[in-house]
Amino acid sequence: MRPFSFNKSANITQALTIKKDNTQFIAGGTNLVDLMKKHIAQPENLIDITDVLSDKIENTDNGIRIGAMVRNSALTTDNKILSDYPLIAKAVFAGASAQIRNMASTGGNLLQRTRCPYFYDVSTPCNKRTPGSGCSALQGDNRMSAIIGYSEHCVAVHPSDLCVALAALEARVNIIDKKQKASVIPFKDFHRLPGSEPHLDHNLPSHALITSIDISRNPFNKHCAYLKLRDRDSYAFALVSVAAALHIESNKIMEARLASGGVAHKPWRWLASEAYLKGKEPSIEHFAKAAAIAADEVKPLAGNAFKVPLLKGAIETALQNCLRN
Amino acid sequence: MKSSRRSFLKISGALAALAALPSSVKAFYKDVKNFIIPPKHTTPISITVNKKTYKVTADTRTTLLDLLREQLHLTGAKKGCDHGQCGACTVHIKGKHVLSCLTLAAQAAGKEVTTIEGLAEGDKLHPMQKAFIECDGFQCGYCTPGQIMSAVACVNEGHTKSVAAIKEFMSGNLCRCGAYNGIVESIQKVAAL
Repeated sequence: MRPFSFNKSANITQALTIKKDNTQFIAGGTNLVDLMKKHIAQPENLIDITDVLSDKIENTDNGIRIGAMVRNSALTTDNKILSDYPLIAKAVFAGASAQIRNMASTGGNLLQRTRCPYFYDVSTPCNKRTPGSGCSALQGDNRMSAIIGYSEHCVAVHPSDLCVALAALEARVNIIDKKQKASVIPFKDFHRLPGSEPHLDHNLPSHALITSIDISRNPFNKHCAYLKLRDRDSYAFALVSVAAALHIESNKIMEARLASGGVAHKPWRWLASEAYLKGKEPSIEHFAKAAAIAADEVKPLAGNAFKVPLLKGAIETALQNCLRN
Repeated sequence: MKSSRRSFLKISGALAALAALPSSVKAFYKDVKNFIIPPKHTTPISITVNKKTYKVTADTRTTLLDLLREQLHLTGAKKGCDHGQCGACTVHIKGKHVLSCLTLAAQAAGKEVTTIEGLAEGDKLHPMQKAFIECDGFQCGYCTPGQIMSAVACVNEGHTKSVAAIKEFMSGNLCRCGAYNGIVESIQKVAAL
């Protein structure tokens, strides 16, 4: 690690005031400390914001508000989440290990960086780590890389499981900027596709903080599933993951939500598949067709063609699993 | 270094030459030195480990794991991967099991930490420590402190309904030697108490 000064902030105003250009906020630290040890992140100042942000899960007029400092483990045990937004708990439970879930914050989960091996290997070119240096994964080992939404500059995937569920549930990210103005970013606009600037992961303005996540009350709690396929059964990043949620009334799908992790630079929504399912009966045939529509959209790289049938099977299975709970 | 008249003359000559350099050159030298070797920052830390409060000063880069092992000489928590992947460094902060290698010591300041050394009461072992001995839950022993800290959390938080649930909860502790079945058995044994 490069040396850095360490300050603990007592409130949002102070945290935003003392933040300089080469300062990073630290909450759970599960990703940042690792990146600092590898000299990928080299902040000159750290501001500990664990006491600054809310660690409460609260009811709002229209749903629920998750404070940015709520630990991931709390999302898997909170009664409101388990009864009304179970997709969140299912996704978080599939992510990381129990120790890391005890440390990691909700806000930090959105800001974690890709685990692309070339991003972590400082001896190789990586546009995300060093803009303009090239993408080693494009022609290299891209087994874990993206199959949709990528560019010639970057084929890395977003690592979060929570974010896949938040994308499916159309969450809203509440932020506060350096002028202390609060605003809201819809989840679909929070993360970015790589384009020609893959070093920018998201649209959170610099010097701004995530304060909380809002999720509207929704009818998806009865039929939802999170399926994560990975190289080992637990504590690994997704090859492909699927968050599926169905609103079913009188044996008819009123609305469907489908999102995936492990396939793109951001949590990916399968909008055409969702549109296909709307108004249909929940049947294995329709689920298979919806999966085929999604699989038709993707363009795998040389090393990850296996992800196409994997994705198709995962979507079909996740949709079927929606009917089991 | 052996001190001699000759070395004294060499060192004092070098210092005199340095003093004679223009201040702009010295400032440049300092800038270059700071760029290559940035000066470290230290911070005072007050931390309660195993019910005993320690007051120390540490480099801001010090992780809780390094503070425990190198400054407080509590070497029970082990350094395995040092990147949050193996679980050998697992300790409890405010009763929750976390990775001490990914926790900055400065972030743990003011909090209550429990390590493997704090589980036993004098000579009386914690039930989980006893169970690990009885069920042969360790082989080389290196991962054992981390496994036991996670195992205690596993029972406390009630994730012991099935072998699958135990294995899922314990998946952050990566060692998979011949003792693995003994670890699961130890957890089942303590859960049944």
